[in-house]
Amino acid sequence: MSLGLADRSAHELAALVRSGQLAAADLVAAAFERIDQVDGRRPALDAVPQADDQQYVHAFLQADRDRAHQAAEAIDHQVAAGQDPGPLAGVPLAVKDIFCVQGTHSTAASRILANFVAPYSATPVVRLEAAGAIVIGKVNLDEFTFGSSNESTAFLPPPGNPWKPSHVPGGSSGGSTAAVAAGEAALSLATDTAGSIRQPAAFCGVVGLKPTYGRVSRYGLIAFASSLDCPGPAARNVTDASLALQAIAGRDPRDATTADAAVPDYSADLAAGVEGLRIGLSPDYFRIVAPPVGGGEIEQRPIDPEIEAAVRQAAERLSQAGAVIVEDVPLPNTHLAIPAYFVISRVEAASNLHRYDGVKYGHTAETPVNDLRDLYRKSRGEGFGPQAKLRILMGMYVSADQYEMAYYERALRIRTLIRRDFEQVFDPAGDYRLDALLTATTPTTAFPLGAVYGDSVVMQYADALTVPANHAGIPGLSVPAGFSQDGLPIGLQLLGPDFSEASLLRIGRAWEQISAEDEWRARRPQVLAGVDS
Amino acid sequence: MSNPTDGPITPEVFDHLVELAQFELIDAERDYLRAELNGQLKAIRQLEAMAVGADVPITSHGVPYGPAIRPPLRRDEIQGSPLADAIVQGAPKTQDRYLVVPDIPHEELE
Repeated sequence: MSLGLADRSAHELAALVRSGQLAAADLVAAAFERIDQVDGRRPALDAVPQADDQQYVHAFLQADRDRAHQAAEAIDHQVAAGQDPGPLAGVPLAVKDIFCVQGTHSTAASRILANFVAPYSATPVVRLEAAGAIVIGKVNLDEFTFGSSNESTAFLPPPGNPWKPSHVPGGSSGGSTAAVAAGEAALSLATDTAGSIRQPAAFCGVVGLKPTYGRVSRYGLIAFASSLDCPGPAARNVTDASLALQAIAGRDPRDATTADAAVPDYSADLAAGVEGLRIGLSPDYFRIVAPPVGGGEIEQRPIDPEIEAAVRQAAERLSQAGAVIVEDVPLPNTHLAIPAYFVISRVEAASNLHRYDGVKYGHTAETPVNDLRDLYRKSRGEGFGPQAKLRILMGMYVSADQYEMAYYERALRIRTLIRRDFEQVFDPAGDYRLDALLTATTPTTAFPLGAVYGDSVVMQYADALTVPANHAGIPGLSVPAGFSQDGLPIGLQLLGPDFSEASLLRIGRAWEQISAEDEWRARRPQVLAGVDS
Repeated sequence: MSNPTDGPITPEVFDHLVELAQFELIDAERDYLRAELNGQLKAIRQLEAMAVGADVPITSHGVPYGPAIRPPLRRDEIQGSPLADAIVQGAPKTQDRYLVVPDIPHEELE
């Protein structure tokens, strides 16, 4: 089956544009045509639910046609003049609305920033545009990235999962992964603080990459938890994800936490296969310690059996392709990652969100105020949604003088134990000497809209298998691995040592080749029924 | 709401946190937020089961920034920005490049 422009891969499209066989303007037009077909009404503040909301994707908060068409014309002129617009020439890019893009509303999906127009662009956006990508719009997310379903956004309706729009796309980068899965964009720039790229990538059946902390600049990213936030790409395949990482990786003088480490050629070993690579399976990633949906005491239980079966089958097939599968790899502190995250992320969020005061920028209270403090209270009370308020309040509590030792310091020490778990299994001179760990990305597949939202504890545990990598700073890649019986995507997660993105992408690409002829690879999302490919 | 309102975050503790956070809340929010905070604390208390003492150092971020990858500090120099006017214009209320605020609470010193 020959795919239409909206469904083709970014690397194929860029090659056609660079060689003059395809106009970037046509490519952008195809993306907007797809948006018109599947996205439905634009999410807005205070929007009232409508009966047909759950038939559409609702990914885009803004689709900037004029800006995109101007960029496409510039690229087409470059090609006509014999210049190379770059490795992502003409590729339609959706930017998670947690990044500043100059001249656009940059809202963090929050009422408190609904009217904020960014005066500059984030470094990863600048770098993607310099590589030829075209920003076609900003996509929805959980408010300030606070969530795992995209339902906490202040802009409603929230995105639906393209494979089953009555279900969540995951979060917080749900708009990013839904847009990519539905063919509205070939790539999306997203962020991952506890799994916010990988978890929605798994839920939406696309590729999501969380780079090593410090690999990609956070300059221009609206901050949530500064020691955990990582920008990275969502894509429809591993090659596209590697191209996007190539564009955004590397030191940025404007972000002192970017590592001064050479950026390798991520495409060099993509086709090298898995012969001889040591890939681990851990029992600590086939179970979670969490409260049940609906409430109750915290318990240990296995992950969804269909997902465990998919991981084990993938391991078997990677073994047949030459990988060495190492079983029973211990990562004993995995179950503490969510409790530690409840503390660390809240303290950092409370600190970062103190800047929103109704004075410098963003929402300010319209009602009469008595004095400056009254303005702060009213502006923040009106501007933040419940998930933002929860994070700020908990951050205040666990960092209070009388509780800091019991909670915050303890969480930071447990973070050390989680990091040590990974160091031991990736140690080249250790007992396990792993190149990568293979796990499920999520304990379950996507859940129905409204099934979990509101229970902030159960929702947090959707990240149980992804957040350890954020604590440790290591990279993680989620790749599609088929579907559950009820037609929802399943994701495989690959974790590796610091700056091992090239190895993870290589294994991910090998998995794509191994599974290329599987029946599930030919499936199309439900929202594309009746849409020409 | 599936999380209980009872727990260490009593109404008095909650009110103090709200004051620190500088929130004006509507009544409908208060019970929900307090219940969720107590539910989250139940999860956080799993950390107490781990014996971690001073022998386990604090990790402030995962990747160690050793000399090989630590970026050099930039020079401590003032750099002008062409964005200053655009940034000021983003404020809700301005006058002559100043941000306008209501009265600042103060006490007369004797």
